Amino acid sequence: MNSRALPLIAFLLLVALLVAGLSMSDRKTLIPSPLINKPVPAFDLPVLASPERTMSAESFLGKPYLVNFWASWCVSCRVEHPVITELAKLKAVRIVGLNFRDETEDAVAWLERYGDPYDVNLADLDGRISIDFGVYAAPETFLVDPSGTIVYKHIGPLTMELIEAEILPRVADMEAGS
Amino acid sequence: MKRSSLLILLLAFSVSVFAQEPFVFENQQQQDRFNRLTQELRCLVCQNQNLADSDAPLAYDLRRELHSMLMAGQSNEQIKQFLVARYGDFVLYRPPLQKNTWLLWLAPLFLLLGGALVLRYSIKKRSALFAAEQDSND
Repeated sequence: MNSRALPLIAFLLLVALLVAGLSMSDRKTLIPSPLINKPVPAFDLPVLASPERTMSAESFLGKPYLVNFWASWCVSCRVEHPVITELAKLKAVRIVGLNFRDETEDAVAWLERYGDPYDVNLADLDGRISIDFGVYAAPETFLVDPSGTIVYKHIGPLTMELIEAEILPRVADMEAGS
Repeated sequence: MKRSSLLILLLAFSVSVFAQEPFVFENQQQQDRFNRLTQELRCLVCQNQNLADSDAPLAYDLRRELHSMLMAGQSNEQIKQFLVARYGDFVLYRPPLQKNTWLLWLAPLFLLLGGALVLRYSIKKRSALFAAEQDSND
């Protein structure tokens, strides 16, 4: 083999590595969640704007539900909101809003302004529960099965395509299985 | 003179302490452990910063969480497990050696071996050239 070609081949390999690295750099959603197939973290949170009522993870057992972390300060949540509204109209699955690290007044104003598609909204004011869910880039959505196991997680705004490809089939499977 | 320069020196150090949140520790050892842990753990919001350097709200909350776990007597291993269980191995700047990271850990060894092979090859070639030259000179 011509040894003069070696540096060129090495260079081309490095370029290929660079291209591969760059094309994957913005896929931070690819980081797998260790929570998939684990029980949903325990919580007992006050209902948004009605703190005298609390709801725990147990109270949602029996049917599948989505946990959607959102906040009024979160721009992507605003982007996602019409999609959640669309999903709510389908009445395919319960949607639990988890308003985290937010001010109650801001959250209530946000829901009044854009509409409230959630079945219920819980308030995680200090973000302690969002840490247990490993949330770091709102919005994040978890699909929980009837036995309280997380089966799917999405980081970033949901889209209708994602819902149809990933969420609705799983929900249908659960309904068929129960 | 000596005394005032010592005072200035002490003040210079005190500033860096006040720049952080006022976490209270019982002893220097706890403080050191806290500093080491926050430097070894990744902030997931700005993924190229560690927990110690990041200004993200999540990093602040996690520092607070870490501090309270540390004060409750949890070991470094328990604290890391707490974070790995929630955010995955990605939070560790020092990833563990396991089946999906063996290539990462062994790659330097492979490179070293590859380099040794190339070196051996070129030395052989040169010594063959040298021997040939010697032959022709004779």
